[in-house]
Order: sequence, then structure tokens, then C-alpha cells
Amino acid sequence: MGAGRLLDEGEIRRSVIRIAHEILERNRGAESLMLVGIAARGDDLARRLAAEIERIEGTSPPVGVLDITFYRDDIGLHAEAPEVHETRIEGDITGRTVVLVDDVLYTGRTIRAAMDALVDFGRPTAIQLAVLVDRGHRELPIRADFVGKNLPTRRDEDVRVALRELDGQDAVFVEPARAGAPETTGDRS
Amino acid sequence: MNKHLLSINDVSADDIVRILDTAESLREVGTRVIKKVPALRGRTVVNLFYENSTRTRISFELAAKRLSADVINFTTSGTSVAKGESLKDTALTLQAMGADAIVIRHSSSGAPYTLTKWVHGSVLNAGDGTHEHPTQALLDLYTIREKLGRFEGLRVAIIGDVIHSRVARSLSFGLVKMGAEVTLVGPPTLIPPEAPQWGVGVSHDIDGALPKLDVCYLLRVQRERQRQQYFPSVREYSRLFGLTRERVGMLPEGCVIMHPGPMNRGVEIDSDVADLPQALMEEQVTNGIAIRMALLYLLLGSSGEEVSPDARTDARARA
Repeated sequence: MGAGRLLDEGEIRRSVIRIAHEILERNRGAESLMLVGIAARGDDLARRLAAEIERIEGTSPPVGVLDITFYRDDIGLHAEAPEVHETRIEGDITGRTVVLVDDVLYTGRTIRAAMDALVDFGRPTAIQLAVLVDRGHRELPIRADFVGKNLPTRRDEDVRVALRELDGQDAVFVEPARAGAPETTGDRS
Repeated sequence: MNKHLLSINDVSADDIVRILDTAESLREVGTRVIKKVPALRGRTVVNLFYENSTRTRISFELAAKRLSADVINFTTSGTSVAKGESLKDTALTLQAMGADAIVIRHSSSGAPYTLTKWVHGSVLNAGDGTHEHPTQALLDLYTIREKLGRFEGLRVAIIGDVIHSRVARSLSFGLVKMGAEVTLVGPPTLIPPEAPQWGVGVSHDIDGALPKLDVCYLLRVQRERQRQQYFPSVREYSRLFGLTRERVGMLPEGCVIMHPGPMNRGVEIDSDVADLPQALMEEQVTNGIAIRMALLYLLLGSSGEEVSPDARTDARARA
């Protein structure tokens, strides 16, 4: 079985635009908002959302990038330590509404780690969650506030998001899990 | 990566880049309000120091604590070691207490290798005799990359008491591996005879070496390890091989000055030279914490199983 394309460039663009509107509607504007993308790809989506919010509202919320590697619950379970990415959160998050942004919501373990990481930087007024794809199979009591698309999947499938910034194209694929890939504990999202 | 870090030769050039990149990400943790991440919660790191060392021990301790590991400092004075316990029995005791990593400094070259035979955890060499000090070399590589942006073709002189310096050995091996051109500079008595086999140049003329350098790395004159007279007097050493104010004038624009510490001000480096902006000693110390965090994370954050190339690619893709 080969890779199937679930979302194309146009659908991703329209999802980002809709989520930007929903974030503004829910929070009554962009004031005291902050977008924090989870590396990698969540940060690119966060920057796109910020650009969209600026186009709609005239002001751009600050964008941060968060690496959750050190907060994962599976450190020491893989043959190699998980690769570390950059974290950059400028300014104080205390008193702000932080919208976490990620590409795929799956088990919820990444989001749990991201919330733990975030509160080490301060005390946000609220944390909300925006994802491009919700593929189900939660292992923790976590749900997204803003969802690009709900995509029912099987656990033995992989959902892969490609973004222009990193991968040269915008698309979401579903493909059979790589042989030998560990169970869900190892997977991001 | 290997399970242990005993020598800079245990890591490949790719591993070095990975360690430096991980340290880069970890340095940000030191700038947070809460300077701590839970990555190594529940792991135990033992600092086993048979030689006095304040800075290296504190650096490892801070690194482990910022990763939320539990740290035990085991120094030799006033402990079972002072009562005559052997390295083997100390190792077995720490093993029985469940140490996940042992950071060892020992006056005998090779002691960390021996330790690996008795313990299940990772062993990190924090300096063994006149052999190696790989974490110092890695923090120096990090500092050089941060300031100069590359290694390929960089001209580095390591100046002074090379023969007694584990730092010089580790750093030479590391720099050569990364493509830098290394010259060892010092009086013939302080340059090891086997140095040409390291892939480095040798010079006894500091004034001829200085004008071509990107990095001027000074070593401490280790009088405590010198069992014979290697040079007539400290004053003569300082006149012939010390980095004086006048010699700094011979360095090209942009050349950085480094020293692993602790410095003998007025011997290998003039006091006011040590305080110049191009002298990176404080950066070296700060970067040392990030490098040691990276090493503890990479060594303890893996399951310790053999890594197949497939699993490696897979781990990258997942992250």
C-alpha cells in the first residue's frame, strides 16, 4: 500500500485561514495572544497563523517555538536519545493566552509534554490548542480547541505532514507504518 | 554514540556535530526563569573525583541537576578511599547503589577504561592522568564553532606544557578530526615525542606561530605533575612562551585566546591579557555546562541498545 494524500495545498491554506478566524473569535481579538509552535512544523504553522491574524486584525501576535524533547515520557526507551530542537520564547508568557500549535494530534503525549514545558516559562492565563490534523487514538484526556481536519486513522498507519518551509510542499499523507517502528509511545503527537 | 565517553576518539565527527548541536539547544535552558528540565528525572549521576577539581566537578554537577538527575559527589578525602578502598571496590559499591552514570577523574591514565569493566552504567572521563579530558575538548570545540563558525582550515596553536596536558591531547585529536590545522608550540622538553603521529605540527618558536593563528590556546604549566626540571625557571618560561601584551599585538585581527583554566596569571598568560575581550575563558566555563548536559542527555537518554542505521534514521524522522 502506498502513501495516500489526505490534504492538499489549498485545503491546508483554507484550514489555516479558518483557524486564525476561530482563534480571534474565541479570544475576542489578538490582544494578549501568543502563538507557540511545537518544533518541528508546529512552529511553521504558528508563523502562518500569525501572518493570517495580522492580515485580518492588523496586529501580529508574538510567535514562539517550543521543543518538548526534554519533557517526553519515553526518554531512555529508544536506542538513541531523541533529537533536540531549538526553543525560543521571547517575552513573558505570564498573563497571556497561549495557543499551542502542532501539526498532528494523536496520543496527546506531546501536548502533555508541551504544557509541562510551557509552565516552566511562566503562568499563562489560558492555554489553548490548535492542530492541523486530529487523527484520534488519544491516550491522555486532551482535546484540541481548533482543528484543521479530523482524520480517522488506524494505529498501524502514519500521518505525515509536509510543509513548504521544511519539505518544499504543502500536503498531508497517510501511509503504512514503517516496519520496525516502535509502538505509539515513541511517536510524536 | 558509544555508551561511554572515555576518549575523544570514541566519537566520530558526526557525533561531535550532534553533541555541539544538542548543547546549543540546551544552552537556552540556562536562560530560563526555571533553569531545569525533567529529561533525566530519576537517574543518578555519581561524580567520582580522585583528584581535586572544583570547576569540572561543579560543571558536571550543575549539568546533571539542570537535567533533573540526582547527583552524588564522591570525593576521596575523608571517605572509604582515604581508608584504602580500591577503585574496584568503590566502583562495585556505586554499582550496587544504582548509579546510571559515573563521572570519574583520576590521576592514573586509563582508570576510566578499567572502571567500565565493573559497572553497568555509562562512564564519562573527566580527566585521567596525562591521557585525556574529552569534555574539555568538546566545550572548546563548541566555543570555537560559536565564535569562528567553522573548523575546516582553522589554524590553531596549542601552546605550553603539552606533555602533561590531557586537554592538549583530547583537543588536538578533536580539532584534527574536524579538519583544523593544529600546531603544538613549546620548549622541546614539554612536547611529547610522539606528537607528529597525532596529525599536528610542532614548533618551538612562539613568535613565528602567532601571526598566522585563528585560535591561540594556552595551557597551564602543570608544576604539580612535573617530576623533573623541564625548564630553567618560571621567569624564563614566561619570557620565551608566555602570552604577553606585546605578543598579543602579533596575533591577527579576530584571533581568539583560550585557556582551560585554572590560569597561572603571569606565567603562561599575562594578567591583563587574560582580561581582554578576545579572551574566551568565561565563555568556555559557561559552554562547559551546556556540553556536559548534552553528553549526559545523549548517553543516559538512550536505552543503551545497539543502534542499527535504520533505527538511527527512524529516530531522526520521529523527532
